[in-house]
Amino acid sequence: MTEMVYGAVPARSGDPILPRWWRTVDRWSLSCILILFGIGLLLALAASVPLAEKNGFGAFHYVSRQAVFGIAGLLVMLITSMLPPDLVRRLAVLGFLVAFVALLGLPFFGTDFGKGAMRWYSLGFASVQPSEFLKPGFVVVAAWMMAASQEINGPPGKSLSLILAGIIVVLLALQPDFGQAALIMFGWGVIYFVAGAPIVILLVLAGLAVLGGSLAYNSSEHFARRIDGFLNPELDPRTQLGFAFNAIREGGLFGVGVGEGKVKWSLPDAHTDFIIAVAAEEYGLVLVLVIITLYASVVLRSLWRLMRERDPFIRLAGTGLAVIFGVQAMINMGVAVRLLPAKGMTLPFVSYGGSSLIAGGIAVGMLLALTRTRPQGGIDEIFGRAGR
Amino acid sequence: MIRTPLRPLARILEARAKGENPDVIERENTRLRHEEMRDQTRARSEGRLLVLGVMFLCAYAVIGVRMGVMAGSEPEEPRARAEGSHIVAQRSDIVDRRGRVLATNLETHSLYAQPPQMIDPVRVAGALAEIFPDLDEERLVRDFTGKRKFVWIKRKISPEQKQAVHDIGDPGLLFGPREMRLYPNGKLASHVLGGASFGREGVDAAELIGVAGVEKVFDDFLRDPSEESRPLQLSLDLTVQAAAEQVLWGGMKLMNAKGAASVLMDVHTGEVISVVSLPDFDPNDRPRGPTEGAPDDTPLFNRAVQGVYELGSTFKIFTVAQALELDLVEPSTMVDTSGPLRWGRHRIRDFRDYGAELTVEDVIAKSSNVGTARLAQKIGAEEQRAFLAALGLLERTPAEIVEASGSTPLLPKKWSEISAMTISYGHGLSVSPMHLAAGYAAIANGGTRIKPTLLKRDGRQDGPRVMRPQVAAAARDMLRKAVTDGTASFGDVPGYVVGGKTGTADKPTPQGGYYEDKVIASFASIFPAHDPKYVLVLTLDEPETFALDEVRRTAGWTAVPVAAEMINRLAPLLGLRPQLEPGQLAGITLTSN
Repeated sequence: MTEMVYGAVPARSGDPILPRWWRTVDRWSLSCILILFGIGLLLALAASVPLAEKNGFGAFHYVSRQAVFGIAGLLVMLITSMLPPDLVRRLAVLGFLVAFVALLGLPFFGTDFGKGAMRWYSLGFASVQPSEFLKPGFVVVAAWMMAASQEINGPPGKSLSLILAGIIVVLLALQPDFGQAALIMFGWGVIYFVAGAPIVILLVLAGLAVLGGSLAYNSSEHFARRIDGFLNPELDPRTQLGFAFNAIREGGLFGVGVGEGKVKWSLPDAHTDFIIAVAAEEYGLVLVLVIITLYASVVLRSLWRLMRERDPFIRLAGTGLAVIFGVQAMINMGVAVRLLPAKGMTLPFVSYGGSSLIAGGIAVGMLLALTRTRPQGGIDEIFGRAGR
Repeated sequence: MIRTPLRPLARILEARAKGENPDVIERENTRLRHEEMRDQTRARSEGRLLVLGVMFLCAYAVIGVRMGVMAGSEPEEPRARAEGSHIVAQRSDIVDRRGRVLATNLETHSLYAQPPQMIDPVRVAGALAEIFPDLDEERLVRDFTGKRKFVWIKRKISPEQKQAVHDIGDPGLLFGPREMRLYPNGKLASHVLGGASFGREGVDAAELIGVAGVEKVFDDFLRDPSEESRPLQLSLDLTVQAAAEQVLWGGMKLMNAKGAASVLMDVHTGEVISVVSLPDFDPNDRPRGPTEGAPDDTPLFNRAVQGVYELGSTFKIFTVAQALELDLVEPSTMVDTSGPLRWGRHRIRDFRDYGAELTVEDVIAKSSNVGTARLAQKIGAEEQRAFLAALGLLERTPAEIVEASGSTPLLPKKWSEISAMTISYGHGLSVSPMHLAAGYAAIANGGTRIKPTLLKRDGRQDGPRVMRPQVAAAARDMLRKAVTDGTASFGDVPGYVVGGKTGTADKPTPQGGYYEDKVIASFASIFPAHDPKYVLVLTLDEPETFALDEVRRTAGWTAVPVAAEMINRLAPLLGLRPQLEPGQLAGITLTSN
């Protein structure tokens, strides 16, 4: 009676946030990420010491920074993973807009840290690479557009997202940052593929990618040099790849021992792009295989959970995030084992880098938020034949 | 095929008839269609996600496997590998001017052990000591049972030895290919070739690097992989070299000399056809360098290029040629030779007293120290120095032997007038026989400077002009006269018109004085004298012969007969035909008149 008169007591439906989060989140992937971060700290202890020495800091300066940024990144990840998908989408679109503007502003306000590519904003205490934040945002936006285009009377989302991807790729290529550009394009392609792209178009796109690659090879010396270095079967031992190869070989199965590695002293990018070589040298093949397994489990588990997802946006966005995360790791390790041409790509959560850690936290947080267990079509699913 | 209409018209019409709102029905219909479509796309996406997942799994597996392969690839000998660049084992051949092989490579094997894989180290050590008697069995046992993981046993082994080691049958004994340097002619031209040894060594290959001679000077060329098919062609002639070594060795023994050297050079090209230094060695088994004693006591020492000596009277022709060049004298001008010539506390005297005056020609023929010293006084120290420098006698010889860099001529600290006077007859200035040959070649070819070379050249090499052709011709006539009626009378070889100048210099003692009874006897000759093709410089170290009731050390009695024999043997090999001297023909014409 009371309710009929005064209306329902504003009782919350369902469980409180944290228990429900814990029940529905992909705990396996979450653990994998935490372990990866732990391994990252362990390797930073080894790999960032030479850098700290070179720059005149205490031996473990970069380790503590890594820990601070890493914990911040993990917090961001946990908070993001608690958001409902709609909120994820909205925040991601906003974030994408901010990152996009930041990317546009790079040529005017950015810095290249003497590496020949305008990719960073220097904030004094840290540097920020907008493209790191742009990637997850773009994936969500593209997935949103694609999902919307599947609605009856929906917008032409596929073409729109392709145009957007094209603009971003051009902006990134101008920096130049062909690695991130390729990643963006690849992320879009995967979303399009899962959204149901006709096979013919996929083939045409693959052809275009090859064409674009050869164009970049012919027009950019920076790019051409790296490809040449990759295609040359003779490995000059004084290149980064040569050092990395030597390190992997020296490491063998169980490594040369903690702190005994030498490659970190000769490789300028030992703490970022070639962290896997440090891992291979000091801890051996065992740790490398563990790392590979961890990345593979995150990606494969996410894809597995997304296969059951009924909502097109969640499925597409989740796929895009998982794939970008996995491919970035794959490229980084593929370069070290000479399966891929050299590209400046960090190993998510393991490589040193403040903004990359936070951006990784956001991306994986969104992925975890999207792969949470949620009811899929109720009773229909139980019968296995939905919607008939 | 059952078609479902987009709008449920029947139900809408029915609802309309009942007065209900048809939009509800339409919305419900749209919702159902949407659901259906979602399920369709999900089914399709499911397949594609599966494909994606499998692709990822494969890619990660490939990376993992590749990591495993890389980590598992064992470097056979970590040291050599760690340096990185691979070893270039090939080395070009060296051939003589006619393409005959002087140095080449031979495939052999090296033997090494990996003790951890050895089954019975003690038995293996015993068996190895039996095959290679020079190995110490106890030491091998120690090596094989200790902590070492890699032991070199032999650098080069023969096929028979390899088979014997094979027959031991232990998996811890391993072979690696090894190219070794082979000098098929043994001791021939050993000082020119020098020798090679192993540089960086790996299991699969070893670098062959030159350690001396042309092997070292042209090391980069010989090791350059892009030049592999091109041998290094020297100016030496194998046949001539062999004959020269034989004659010189005989001459050295006959004259009781402790060492000897000869240089045969083409006067137009500067090509060294033969260069001999005795005693010599076998470059296949190059002896170690000496740790004590004089450097020229070792057979490794190249007397023809490395050794610098005061070559004595052979220098007189340069003084006379310069005097002619400066128009100070004519060949027939009389020069005061009354000795001894006093200069300060120095006295210059002749071997014998040749009287008060001699013509310039006879100064050469009789070898008068006093006469040339007087000419040097007229020329002046600075002028003399410039002339000798123009002949190339004051700088390192450009011959392409690494030891040549050690043969810088020894010059007087101050080129004073007394220095000029002694240098005019070859004392106070030390040069190598190679230098002397180059100087004589300039006179022989008509007055242009010659750079000696060990590489084959095409055509004549005209250097800067040092003297007028007429002066060179006059000097050649004088050299001829020294042979026909001078100190070098034993040097006349019938058919090959030899001209030349003897030189006998007392050897300096380590204390700074000169030995009474030790000389360097040399003979610098050109042939045929009227149109010279070759210059031959021959020196004997401490020769001594007993002739006509007297111990004789002068070059006329020692170096000259050996040189004559050498010319006798070499001229036919060089393609020279015996011929009569133009002067004799002219003489015949004269008498018939």
